[in-house]
Amino acid sequence: MQKSLHLDPNKCTGCLQCEMACAWENHRSFTVAKSRIKVFTFHHEGRFVPYTCTQCDEAWCMMACPVDAIRLDPVTGAKIVLEPTCVGCKVCTIACPFGTINYVAQTGKVQKCDLCGGQPACAKACPTGAITYVDADWTGLGKMRQWAGKTDTNPATV
Amino acid sequence: MRHVIIGSGPAGVVAAATLRKADPAADITLVCGEAEPPYSRMAIPYLLKGEIGEAGTHLRKDEDHYRRLRIGLVRARARAVDTAARRVALVAGGDLYYDRLLIATGSRPSHETIPGMDLPGVHSCWTLADARALLAKARPGTRIVQMGAGFVGCIIMEGLLSRGVDLTILVRSGYMVRRMMNPTASGLIRRWCEAKGVKILTHTQPKELRSEGGALQVVLADGASLPADLYLSVVGVDPNLDFLQGSGIAVGQGILVDPSLQSSAPGVYAAGDVAESVDCLTGKRQLNAIQPNAVEQGRIAALNMAGRPVHFKGSFVFNVLTTLGLVSSSFGTWQGTPGGDSAEVLDEARYRYVNLQFDGDRLIGANCVGFADHVGAFRGLIEGRVRLGVWKQRLMEDPTRVMQAYLAAAHSVA
Repeated sequence: MQKSLHLDPNKCTGCLQCEMACAWENHRSFTVAKSRIKVFTFHHEGRFVPYTCTQCDEAWCMMACPVDAIRLDPVTGAKIVLEPTCVGCKVCTIACPFGTINYVAQTGKVQKCDLCGGQPACAKACPTGAITYVDADWTGLGKMRQWAGKTDTNPATV
Repeated sequence: MRHVIIGSGPAGVVAAATLRKADPAADITLVCGEAEPPYSRMAIPYLLKGEIGEAGTHLRKDEDHYRRLRIGLVRARARAVDTAARRVALVAGGDLYYDRLLIATGSRPSHETIPGMDLPGVHSCWTLADARALLAKARPGTRIVQMGAGFVGCIIMEGLLSRGVDLTILVRSGYMVRRMMNPTASGLIRRWCEAKGVKILTHTQPKELRSEGGALQVVLADGASLPADLYLSVVGVDPNLDFLQGSGIAVGQGILVDPSLQSSAPGVYAAGDVAESVDCLTGKRQLNAIQPNAVEQGRIAALNMAGRPVHFKGSFVFNVLTTLGLVSSSFGTWQGTPGGDSAEVLDEARYRYVNLQFDGDRLIGANCVGFADHVGAFRGLIEGRVRLGVWKQRLMEDPTRVMQAYLAAAHSVA
């Protein structure tokens, strides 16, 4: 059974443990700006919304990469960036309509969530259960939408 | 089923692999116009910078990719298409017969028509062969006069400067990257380039190139003359369509395609820079010469060729550009629409700029300079025609909160 990250904004307190864990896992640094998962703050609503790549089936980033630097990890289902192959052209960063693959100026490459090879550090670090790594049939696009509905930050459009 | 794909850029290479998956027994031929394995022009700037070798430009890194998928690579250029006989005539002689044909011949550099374009030292920068020639000739102190400051003209600058050359750029209009950027964004990019030592002459174009004493003289419209070791002509691109003359395939700016990406000729499809499809936001016909559009059209054309009907829902223009390290991006109707609101934030000292254009409470376009985080959300908001609701006003107040607007508005209505 493939697993995926389940993000529940209702449980997020904005502590940024996930961002620190991600930055440490991937950059050996606690600079949260380098994290691949981001907690977005909604001051008006007093809410925190953790967000990262959903490893979508469309894989816009992987399709758009002109140098074959984004591959499917057959074990986890994650789309992973091969850093030595990435030239840093950033086409993937505009092709992904979710905004979850980003350029890192210090490395000259892009980065995105790779599920830490099946042991996501963010989920492990989250103290409130807002980020969990669960069976994939619990997530998927439908579940992502269900989750998204819970963000409930925009009453004007509901 | 015999599938022939003319053109081995991103559209053709994705189409070939998609065909193999959808039609395991088919005969697939990929016609490559250059003497290289299929490669990405997008990677050439990084080859010029010396960050990658030629293999780093290849579209597929697995050397066995084409053999493994039983995709026959043919080194040839198409001369003509006979749609009645379902035959492609090749420049070097010989024919290829097809049941389904995909035309994915991409673009070629637009040609300036001034005298002297055939002189030694006059180059373009489009192919790997062009890149090799530039790498061989661009040395410390080499005087390069570059005509054009569009997408290609800007993205190659870093590679050229990394060679230690003396670079002067001529811009016919008043603005660099004028097809992507508004005057404010364009001005920031210009100032950035000038700060890095590039000389930029706007409202300037040559009327003639001359060869004098082993160097070139670039004679400008006002009579002044610039000495140059290399003249680099990067004034835009045009779709490769010449070989379709007499084929009866309907052509406007590009090959007119229906939602299945089929041309006016049954069994003949088009994808990528040569396909004239529709803008998914305005419904108007357009060429859309960007990488994401090429691969999406390649995939959809291939599925239709394999007998799996899929409609292309249109696309819109967006792009990302790095000019000497300064990242900029452009989305949709960045020029704005009559009666629509706009918002912007500018920090000239830090070369940061975001401009948003709205139609009602929908985002329809954006320009960014020095702002690269989560820019994919611009695509999500624009292509999804997302109603922003209260988030429009919040973006009017702070245009950088695009990701928050996307999460709140796009997801809560999904």
